[in-house]
Amino acid sequence: MESAADRRNGAVPPGANAPAASIVAPPADTVALDALFRDSNIGETLDRLDRELVGLAPVKRRIREIAAFLLVSRAREQIGLSTGAPGLHMCFTGNPGTGKTTVAMRMAALLHGMGYLRKGHLVSVTRDDLVGQYIGHTAPKTKEVLKKAMGGVLFIDEAYYLYRPENERDYGQEAIEILLQVMENQRDDLVVILAGYKDRMEAFFRSNPGMSSRIAHHVDFPDYDDEELFAIAALMLDSMHYRLSASAQDALHEYVALRRAQPHFANARSMRNALDRARLRHAKRLFEERETPLSRDALMTIEAEDIRASRVFASAGEPQ
Amino acid sequence: MRITQGTFSFLPDLTDEEIRAQIEYALSQGWACAVEYTDDPHPRNTFWEMWGPPLFDLKDAAGVLVEVVACRAAQPESYVKVTAFDSTLGFETTRLSFIVQRPPAEAGFALDRIEGAGRSQRYAMRRKDADGKRR
Repeated sequence: MESAADRRNGAVPPGANAPAASIVAPPADTVALDALFRDSNIGETLDRLDRELVGLAPVKRRIREIAAFLLVSRAREQIGLSTGAPGLHMCFTGNPGTGKTTVAMRMAALLHGMGYLRKGHLVSVTRDDLVGQYIGHTAPKTKEVLKKAMGGVLFIDEAYYLYRPENERDYGQEAIEILLQVMENQRDDLVVILAGYKDRMEAFFRSNPGMSSRIAHHVDFPDYDDEELFAIAALMLDSMHYRLSASAQDALHEYVALRRAQPHFANARSMRNALDRARLRHAKRLFEERETPLSRDALMTIEAEDIRASRVFASAGEPQ
Repeated sequence: MRITQGTFSFLPDLTDEEIRAQIEYALSQGWACAVEYTDDPHPRNTFWEMWGPPLFDLKDAAGVLVEVVACRAAQPESYVKVTAFDSTLGFETTRLSFIVQRPPAEAGFALDRIEGAGRSQRYAMRRKDADGKRR
């Protein structure tokens, strides 16, 4: 697959047809973008992203764009074309279970590989970890979290809960102000990624324009379609050393379609929960037949009945 | 008089980059750093004021340096040190401690002779101000 990064690799040293070549630089000042790309080890991280995450095509494209941009910034820096440190704070929007946390972890590894983060760890927090319960409690709490995240990524899940317009004495505002200050002044030390539902995130940015203007990259995570969810489930099972019998595969296909129509559908997370319950039923079934010796195959294979016992099928049969 | 206590105190003062490298080393060993300050650098004064709680679970020196900078700004006339605490079983103590700020004019110490019981002589260290005046 040809990626943005690969395309740009071909464009430097100065080619004739690429827009990057319009930068007037003496030929002696060429920089080997390809070597930079190889040294940073991000090729492997990007490939793993493609391989291990199902679907998410727009997200992967954005990440490749960001990676290419950062790599080119590095190259520009090396020939002395200063642009100032690129803004790295990001906002991931999408429904639950669309892979925001997973991608944030990969992003941390990516930024670490390119030398934009010194450690590349991920600290995942929510409102509770940042906002205190009484006056004077919020600032130390927020600062402590920020210090733990330094050198890595601070991932704030459901960031819009920080701002509660209905309560003017809410301490969330204080946490936001400290966050903004650090996001602005210590851009080399940490990257902040905000995550949450798209519409609520937009409302949050409307009421906190300071936050919005400090976030360079907005990435939207689409919902998975049925085939992608099935592929995710298959990947999860594979990593847990289970497999589906042929009839169980059909059952799971049906399950995905039915589950989507039900409330509290959380994409990949719903699939994980469904598989966990199927594994429970699988274990129960084997336990009830414990007199017969078990083959390796029986221990590994999830049958259709393990999936069809789900209440998703039961309620689907009922008249609406 | 130049106070020499803690690690590196016979060397020239550490630069911020050197301080960062030392903190990185401490964190890489799994030690928790803390910032402390005092206006009384007497060698027997082991209880320096704590600048906030110890910093646990940090991954990067930047978090400690933030506190060092804040402490220096708030206490420009004090000694400031960074200590690194090792919580592993068998140590459970400070493994590294070094000064990161000295006041512009350092105090000195004078040796006092004290008459003890009988004809015995005892000695005590007494703090002197920078101009040599006894306090």
